[in-house]
Amino acid sequence: MAEEVKLFRTWSSGYALRIVWALKLKGIEYETIFEDLTNKSPSLLQYNPIHGKVPVLVHDGKPVCESLVILEYVDETWKHNPLLPQDPYEKSMARFWANFGDDKLMKSIWQLFIAREKDQDVAAVEALENLKLVEEQLKGKKFFHGETIGYLDLAFGWFADFVSILEEIMSLKLVDGERFPHLSSWIQHFMDAPVIRDCWPPRDKMIIKYQVMREKYLAAATPK
Amino acid sequence: MAGEEVILLSVYPSMFSMRVRIALAEKGVKYELKEEDLTNKSLLLLEMNPVHKKVPVLIHNGKPILESLIIVQYIDEVWHDKNPLEPSDPYERAQARFWADFIDKKVFDPARGIWATKGEEQEAAKKEFIEILKILEGELGEKPYFGGETFGLVDVALIPLYSWFYAFETCGNFKIESQCPKLVAWAKFCMQRESVSQSLSDPHSVYDTVLFLKKMFGIE
Repeated sequence: MAEEVKLFRTWSSGYALRIVWALKLKGIEYETIFEDLTNKSPSLLQYNPIHGKVPVLVHDGKPVCESLVILEYVDETWKHNPLLPQDPYEKSMARFWANFGDDKLMKSIWQLFIAREKDQDVAAVEALENLKLVEEQLKGKKFFHGETIGYLDLAFGWFADFVSILEEIMSLKLVDGERFPHLSSWIQHFMDAPVIRDCWPPRDKMIIKYQVMREKYLAAATPK
Repeated sequence: MAGEEVILLSVYPSMFSMRVRIALAEKGVKYELKEEDLTNKSLLLLEMNPVHKKVPVLIHNGKPILESLIIVQYIDEVWHDKNPLEPSDPYERAQARFWADFIDKKVFDPARGIWATKGEEQEAAKKEFIEILKILEGELGEKPYFGGETFGLVDVALIPLYSWFYAFETCGNFKIESQCPKLVAWAKFCMQRESVSQSLSDPHSVYDTVLFLKKMFGIE
């Protein structure tokens, strides 16, 4: 059965990367459409009229939006190499921590990233508290999913890359091996895992992008 | 099922708690309801939800499940024999999850703005709230439920909001039905289900809670 799978993404979106990984881990052939979010294509707006965002997965002409929803759709449609736990309780925990990653963790890391120097210590407190909670989840495990990569690893994938970018731009160590041994270890394993490692966006481009973004935020925050 | 222990930590006017109570009622699950006082959280709540310290929390045979939509999905999976709430088709399921997520992302901030602010800020919140409801009306279309012929995840996610309409309308001095008649018709239809009518808080009690919250936060 010839299936048509398309993925609308941008070169840098960590949300879209989740789906790239999922499709590749499952060995699914798909077509990539790169979007410029300052000039969205009519197709993107047609497939995601509510949010107009990436990623959008279009399977045989039918669109699925919101990366975590798409991840579950991919897992349920192509059942080999399962990404989510089978047990309902474990599944609910994976979903909980994915939400935590997107809501609390991402927000606190971002607040630290755009904080003025004098505000960095305060911003760091919440970020570090959230990191501690995530560190706890990795105790006794190589990946969030266990011995192999799963849904929650893909959900946290953006973090593995962004941490090193933040650390380079801000010249600080956020996830140090002493305070966060499990998280540090997970980052190393995940960054370099087969399939995962082939998909990272170009690092030099990412550094420039986020440096520019940070400068904009800092400039806007500075009283004139 | 023998030996099942189901406890729900809940707060009466919480729309999120109502979602879980509806799901449990749809499945006919026997459970113990523990009403929390959010100004004096119980040790059980703090132990079971140390990350957010929020309700609802479902405790199933000693294990906590958190976040109302995650709990509803868990209930649907564990007690899958009766009244399925998520569609069986993966694509339909993805659409339902998308809309449940939309409700969680878009509805609650403007809703809060209606009772917690005044003047221009309140007018903006009312406008945004109605816009979101109109988008939901569009998605509902001519279907009896968001789930189509069957009551489902999106209906469960949204219907508790209806118990707050009286509070919104009184605080905001407007009528939701005049702007979103289809949605109010859908809500009234849902209220015919016992699981819904028994789980939704009384609108006047909700309004009393809102008045209490306004006092607590120093909002006139």
